[in-house]
Amino acid sequence: MSTSLLPTVPDPRTGTAAARAVDLRKVYGSGDTALAALDGVSVEFGHGQFTAIMGPSGSGKSTLLHCLAALDDATSGQVFIGDAELNTLRDKELTLIRRDRIGFVFQSFNLVPTLTALENITLPMDIAGRKPDRDWLDTVIGTLGLADRLAHKPSQLSGGQQQRVACARALVSRPQIIFADEPTGNLDSVAGAEVLRFLRRAVDEFDQTVVMVTHDPAAAGHADRVLFLTDGRIVDEMAAPTAERVLDRMKNFDAVSMPSIAVS
Amino acid sequence: MLTATFKSLLAHKVRMILSTFAIVLGVAFVSGTFVFSDTLNSSFSDLFRQTAPDVMVRPADADAASTGGFTGSDVRVIPAELVTTLDALPGVDRADGSINDQGTLVVGKDGKVVTSGGGAPGVAGNYDDGPAADGSPIVTIITGSAPSGPGQLLIDEKTAATAGYALGETVQLITSGPQPSVSGTLVGTIRFGPSGNLVGATLVMMDTPTAQQLYVGGTDAFQQVAVTGDGSLTNAQLRDVVTAALPAGFEAVDDEQIATENQNELQQSLSFVTTFLLVFAAVSLVVGTFLILNTFSIVVAQRTKELALFRALGASRPQVTRSVLFEALVIGLIGSTIGLLLGFALAVGLKGLFGVIGIDLTQSGLVFEWRTAVAAYAVGVLVTLVAAYLPARRAARVPPIAAMRDDATIPESSLRRRMLGGAALTTLGAAFMLWALAFDGGLQLLGLGVLAVFVGVALLSPVIGRPIVAVIAWPYQRLFGTVGVLARENARRNPRRTAATAAALMIGLALVTTMAIMGQSAKSSVDDLVSSDLRANYVVSSATSTPFSPAIAPRIAAVPGVAEAVSMRFAVATVNGQQTGVAAFNATPFSQVVAIMVESGSLITGDEGLLVTSTRADTEGWKVGDMVSVGMPGGTSSMPITGILADNRFLGADIVVPPAALSAGGIAPVDSYIYVAQLPGADTTAVTAGIQAELATLPTVTLQDQSAFAEAQRAPIDQFLAIIYALLGLAVIIAVLGIVNTLALSVIERTREVGLLRAVGMSRRQLRSMIRLESVAISILGAVLGVGLGLIFGISLQKAMSGQGISVLSIPGTQLVVFLVLAGLVGVLAAVFPARRAARMGVLRAITTE
Repeated sequence: MSTSLLPTVPDPRTGTAAARAVDLRKVYGSGDTALAALDGVSVEFGHGQFTAIMGPSGSGKSTLLHCLAALDDATSGQVFIGDAELNTLRDKELTLIRRDRIGFVFQSFNLVPTLTALENITLPMDIAGRKPDRDWLDTVIGTLGLADRLAHKPSQLSGGQQQRVACARALVSRPQIIFADEPTGNLDSVAGAEVLRFLRRAVDEFDQTVVMVTHDPAAAGHADRVLFLTDGRIVDEMAAPTAERVLDRMKNFDAVSMPSIAVS
Repeated sequence: MLTATFKSLLAHKVRMILSTFAIVLGVAFVSGTFVFSDTLNSSFSDLFRQTAPDVMVRPADADAASTGGFTGSDVRVIPAELVTTLDALPGVDRADGSINDQGTLVVGKDGKVVTSGGGAPGVAGNYDDGPAADGSPIVTIITGSAPSGPGQLLIDEKTAATAGYALGETVQLITSGPQPSVSGTLVGTIRFGPSGNLVGATLVMMDTPTAQQLYVGGTDAFQQVAVTGDGSLTNAQLRDVVTAALPAGFEAVDDEQIATENQNELQQSLSFVTTFLLVFAAVSLVVGTFLILNTFSIVVAQRTKELALFRALGASRPQVTRSVLFEALVIGLIGSTIGLLLGFALAVGLKGLFGVIGIDLTQSGLVFEWRTAVAAYAVGVLVTLVAAYLPARRAARVPPIAAMRDDATIPESSLRRRMLGGAALTTLGAAFMLWALAFDGGLQLLGLGVLAVFVGVALLSPVIGRPIVAVIAWPYQRLFGTVGVLARENARRNPRRTAATAAALMIGLALVTTMAIMGQSAKSSVDDLVSSDLRANYVVSSATSTPFSPAIAPRIAAVPGVAEAVSMRFAVATVNGQQTGVAAFNATPFSQVVAIMVESGSLITGDEGLLVTSTRADTEGWKVGDMVSVGMPGGTSSMPITGILADNRFLGADIVVPPAALSAGGIAPVDSYIYVAQLPGADTTAVTAGIQAELATLPTVTLQDQSAFAEAQRAPIDQFLAIIYALLGLAVIIAVLGIVNTLALSVIERTREVGLLRAVGMSRRQLRSMIRLESVAISILGAVLGVGLGLIFGISLQKAMSGQGISVLSIPGTQLVVFLVLAGLVGVLAAVFPARRAARMGVLRAITTE
């Protein structure tokens, strides 16, 4: 089940997949109350691919993303970002991985309220003490249409604008991979669609790798492939998805996994 | 609601403990002060009761405690015949004439004077076995026997042990009488009262003729008469019987009156210590108020959703307010209880401290009055409730809908009203201060102005704090990059919280700075005074601050190379009906050792002429030639003012009387200072050696040259400053706890932000330095405000007190810079715990926290 239908494209820089997980398990609690959020997940994310992870609440999709993104450690199994195996690294090295190789877009609270939009965009590079590539910065800002919003504080920006700033921040340091956790969850449909189009363009035009957790079939429709998680396992995978096909698959899937619930 | 309150308290244990600490310290000062002064009172009143006779006869208008100390003792005497007369009165069992000198010190075998270091007197008198009012003997012989001839001495057991004398050995004494050095044979040891507690004093007794020889010029007379009744009369009745038999000029007092007089005297001398401690209690409580206010504000902010839920479930606004205030009540009670206990420890410490300065209280147990507990709880609970009131009111303003919202915040009232109030108060205070300085409005008005400015600036601090923080943190961006920018913005984002935190530090530092300026100015003034006005090459004075024999000055004057040796005495006289300290010296020779300036009249006073300072002359409206009534123990006489002098600290008092007038007024001739000038071209080493030789047998009398004299004058200022700094240090500690508290709470409040920063690659180290820098910005803000206010207060205070001896303004610049640097370090220190806590937060937990 876990083998990809699509060929995994190796990262030209490292020659390996942008990220991969091998037999990943994450168990909360112990004994009788033990609950496996991830139950042996093996997956690869090829370079320059846009992957959506879907599944019902509690399926483990957020946990998978957190483990992949070096935000949480797994109970067992391995996670690689490029050639770096996360479980062998200490906090200091994990920090560097997060800073240099990973970009983040969260559902909410994506920006530091005391910094301007521009300062938020360059934050990871500033923290690293590096100068951002001026041309690339201009390109990203131009692409996301933020040029006239750079001096604003987050509180002066709309939700969609805030999320675009978060996308710009994720893109500007040219990470190996961008993780997005429900990036459209707090946005209206217009603003949400806008953010998704930017993630798509990041993949198509800038050759980025994006992994996105979502519960919205329309959002998943922007991806190159969709992984379906249930009870901590990858149960299905779909290449070149469209919103309709994903929706159909989900209905089907709900009917299979939760037969007690009637699906109209 | 009550359950919710307790749950909330338990949930916020750590920060509540920090706030409680402020209350604990304040209350400890209050209760410690009370316990200590009660203890002191009771041990002294025990002593007074156990050692006062039924009725005491003495020269009229003498106060029980007016003898001793700096002033010469009363030389009026009671003839021996009167004792016989009193003895024969009905109802009188016995009458014992007594002589009581307070300037006789025992020199130990090691050549050092036996003294407990402070101002406790060396008492000497004639021995008798008369009882105290309670029937017990006042003095009991423990070993040996009563003295029965010249040169036989009794010494109290403790002093004998300290001095190392055994019975039969020769004892050296120093007296302030005409014979400065006396020796005798130890024939016995004695105990004073039932406990032998002399609270630091030493006691020497001899037979009556010897005492009369030493202290009343060899006449058969006494200074007091102790009358003991035969039991048929009450002490008050006995007093009346005795009074009826007394000639004019004498009075009789009973044991109750003696005890009351002593008690009042004691309370007066203790009031300084009590006031001092209570002021520090007030300072720590004020600082604590800021800490508590901040804690409750933040806790309420964090509980917004919970409080909104209460409101949504039907709790009324007053109920919400009450639930928060109840939390404060619990904290106040806990803090007061711990503070009360700590107060006892403090009282024990103070007892020890008093032992060091000569008041030995080791034989007295701590006294606990209910009033102490009442005061402790009243202060602790009240302060907590007052501090929590505003946050509690704000808590009630949480709209019920906030329970359903994600980003619920309490509506902040605008800073405008606060700013206007603060500006008005600051302006008013500044006006008061200016008025006080420009028109000599006195220290009260200045103090009022200072207080108003203090409160005004505290109110203004959220407004003025933001730009100041921006300036303080200006180099942050350059030095620390983004981490610095984040720290700067964090310090600025909640101006009220930053300001309240910094204000606590501000108070402590403003006081420290004021004291530093005053201390430095006082020291510079001493140096200035010594170099400009002191012409004497040496000053002879007493190391124990008890005056010494007048026989010394002539001996020093006779040393080859000495040009002048001018002695100076002090006494208390009633001038135009008002008790006032007077100095006595021969003016013309004195002008050779101290640069005094005659504004009108002359220094030729004769035996009666007064010299007064121009300030005193102005206030009293005196002119040269005016007659002034001067009352001394020997009677009141009218004396002319012969000269008005420019104010000079070396005069020692506002009014100078000729030494002859002092003797005529019945005040014993004892010297406090001898100013010595050497002949031009004299060999300093030889003169010094010559004077030292004259003082060789008198270990309490010391010789100082100009620089040693100046140093000796500066030393107490430094000691005083050290005590002040130590006590204000406590206020600073509370302020530091406030910073810890604020930062810890801010970190919790910004959990998700911390998580985000960590997620985008901020290392733990960077996170820690971000919090550290925020802390440093807050503490330097407090320091800048505090040192700034302290500068203004210190300079104003110096100006206001320039007439009282602090004539030179001297600002200890280096010290102030050190304060600022220390404040920065304090910030680093305060950040340790919150920074560690922030760095330990799991990244995932931080970003997924609701």
